[in-house]
Amino acid sequence: MTETWIILGATSSMARAFSRAVSEKGATVLLAGRDMDDLKTAALDCKTRGARRAEAVKFDARKPEGFEAIIERACAEEGLINVACFVGSMPDQSEIDADPSLIAGVVTDSFTGPACFLQMIAPEMEARGGGAVIGVGSVAGDRGRIGNYVYGAAKAGFHTYLSGLRNRLNRSDVHVMTVKPGFVDTAMTWGIEGMFLVASPDDVAASLLRAVKKKKNTLYTPFFWRYIMLIIRSIPEPIFKKLSV
Amino acid sequence: MRWKSEKVSGWGRVLSASSEVARPERMHAFETLSEGDLAPAFGNCRSYGDAPLNNNGRSIDMTRLDRILEFDAETGILEVEAGCRLGELTRLFAPQGWLPAVLPGTGFATIGGAIAMDVHGKNHHVAGSFGQHVVSITLLVDGKKKTISPKNNASLFKATLGGLGQTGIILSAKITMLPCKGDVIMVTERRVDGFDEFLSLLDTSSATYTVGWIDATAKGNALGRGILEEGETGSGLVPARQKSKSIPFNAPSFALSPLTVRLFNKLYFKRVPDHGRTLVKPITDFFFPLDRIHDWNKLYGKRGFHQFQCVVPIDQAPALREMLTQIAHSGLASPLAVLKRMGEGSEGFMSFPMEGYALAVDFPNTEAARVLIPRLEKLTAEAGGRIYLAKDSMSSGVRIRSMYPDYEKWRDEVEKSDPNGALKTDLIRRLELRSTK
Repeated sequence: MTETWIILGATSSMARAFSRAVSEKGATVLLAGRDMDDLKTAALDCKTRGARRAEAVKFDARKPEGFEAIIERACAEEGLINVACFVGSMPDQSEIDADPSLIAGVVTDSFTGPACFLQMIAPEMEARGGGAVIGVGSVAGDRGRIGNYVYGAAKAGFHTYLSGLRNRLNRSDVHVMTVKPGFVDTAMTWGIEGMFLVASPDDVAASLLRAVKKKKNTLYTPFFWRYIMLIIRSIPEPIFKKLSV
Repeated sequence: MRWKSEKVSGWGRVLSASSEVARPERMHAFETLSEGDLAPAFGNCRSYGDAPLNNNGRSIDMTRLDRILEFDAETGILEVEAGCRLGELTRLFAPQGWLPAVLPGTGFATIGGAIAMDVHGKNHHVAGSFGQHVVSITLLVDGKKKTISPKNNASLFKATLGGLGQTGIILSAKITMLPCKGDVIMVTERRVDGFDEFLSLLDTSSATYTVGWIDATAKGNALGRGILEEGETGSGLVPARQKSKSIPFNAPSFALSPLTVRLFNKLYFKRVPDHGRTLVKPITDFFFPLDRIHDWNKLYGKRGFHQFQCVVPIDQAPALREMLTQIAHSGLASPLAVLKRMGEGSEGFMSFPMEGYALAVDFPNTEAARVLIPRLEKLTAEAGGRIYLAKDSMSSGVRIRSMYPDYEKWRDEVEKSDPNGALKTDLIRRLELRSTK
C-alpha cells in the first residue's frame, strides 16, 4: 500500500530514526524542517533505504504561511497521508527567566505551530478516510517543573490539542497518537546534567511504529515513564512545590 | 554546539580518557564546531586501546553523522557519511545483493573508523583491506573540505587509510560494494587438531571467507587446535535473528579464570562434530559473532582486557608456534582467539595487513598478561611482523615504528595536514608517533 508520511521537524534525531523506519517500509516521505541542506541529505538517506520518494520541504513552525505548500505537495500523492510531528524547542529555563519574550517562540515551536499545521491538513485526512497523526509531546507536559515549565506548558497544550483532534478525526478513521517520550539521547539532551535511563532515538522510533499500528492513544516511551510520571503526578502539590525534581 | 564532559574508554576498557565531547548531528553543527580549533574525531570506540581517546582534551563523536548519500546499483559505488556503521550497511544492502567489500569482526565499526584503521576481514586473502575498496574520501583538512582519491592526492590518501585519524577529520567516503548472493551464509566448520594442520588448511582454503577459532589454552600435541570456519554467501530463508542481549554489569574475575576458559574451550571445540558440519546462518551472525551480546567487554570485569594481535610473514610460522606455546603455558588466554591467513592487500602507509598469519588473543588485564604481551610483541618484531594499532594498548613507540616501513612517509604527510598537532590522540602520544623526527 502506498502511503505518505509528512515528518515535521525532520532534522531531529528521533525524526531521523523514524523517517528511516518508514522509508524501509517503502513509504513516501516529505521531510519538513528549516535546515534544507540537512534535509536534502536526509532525503538521500531515506531514498537509499527504500523510500518510494523522499523530498525535503521547508517548514518553520513560526511561519504558517509556508504550511499550505507542504500540504499541497502531500495531496499530490496517492494513498493515505500521515503526519509525524517532532517539532519543539527547549531553551534553558534560565535564558527564559532573563528574557520572557522567548516564551512565545517556545509555545509556537512546541504547540501552536504544529497545531496550526495539523488543523490545516485535517480536512484532507478526513476526506481520505484514514491515516495517522503522531504528535510527539513530552513527559515534561505532565506536570510543571522548575527546570523547564515553559516547555512543559507548551507540550501540555499540545497534548490537550491532540486529544481533541483524536476525538474529531476518529470519526473519519484517522488515528491520532500522543507520544510522551522520557529522556532520549538527542542533541536537545546532550550534555544536560541529571539525565537518567536515556533511550536511543532508534528504540523510540521503533516503539512509535509498533504503537501506531496498534492504534494506541497515548504512548509513554520507554514504557516505564508511564509509571515514573504516575508517581510524579501523584505527589501532592504542597510537597511538590518544595521539590526540584 | 554543546560540549559534554565524558569518560571515554577503548573497547578493552584498560585505557580511558576524560574529555569534552561534542556530538554534532548535522553538517551545519559540525561546521560551526570545526571553525574553532579542530579536535580528534572518533566513532563507536571499537578500537581496543587508546586510538579514540584524547585525555584532558576535546574530541568529536561522529556517530550521528551517519547518512547514506547515494548508491549506484550499476557500479556498486556507495557514498556514505563517516559515522555510518558497517553492520547497518550489511543489514540494508545484503538482501539487495551487495556487501561492504571488507567487514571487520564487529558491525559497530564506522566507516570513518574502518578507514582510519584500514580494517581487514575474513576475506582478506581474496579482497584485501578495507582501503582497497575506497574510491574517495572527503576529509576536513585545516578547516577546508578536500576530496582525496588514489589519483588525486595519492600521498594524502595513503596517509589517511590506516592513518589513525591524523590527516584530518573523515567526513564521508565513497566505497565500492561487492556483489553477494544474499543475506545468508553457508558456513562449513571443521575441527583442526593442531598447529601445523591449521596453517596448511588456512593456506589451501579456497573459500571466500575463512577464519580460524583457536583454543589458546591447548598445549602439547593439541597446541594450536581449533575450528576452521569457511563461508560463502547465499540466499534463502533462515530462522529469524534472536534479540540481542546485553551484559548488564561487570563480571566477577572468576568468570574468565584459567579453569573456566579451559573448560569452555574444550566444550566449544567439541561442539563441532568430528567430521565437521555445514550450517546456514544469517550473514550478520557470521561476520559479527559477538555483536548480539552488547557490551560483551564487561565480561572481563572492571579491570578490562588487552587484545594482542599480530601478523607475521608466512615463513615465520615457527615464531607463531613459539607465541602460542608461551600463551598456552601462561594460562592467561580467554576464549576469544583467532587465527587468520592474510593476503598481500594493504592500502595505507600505516595499514596493518601484510601477507602472513595473523593471530589475535584476548587477555584479562592482569600483571601476568602485562608481562607476557611485551614478550609476544618482541617475538613479532623479531619475526618481521607487526602489531595492530586498533588493538594495541601496551606497545612502545620504538618497536612500533620499526614495524611499519612506510612510517616516515605517513608522518611527513600528517605533519603537512595537521601541523599544529590538533588531531593527536592518546595513542599517538603514547607511541610517540608524531614527536620524533
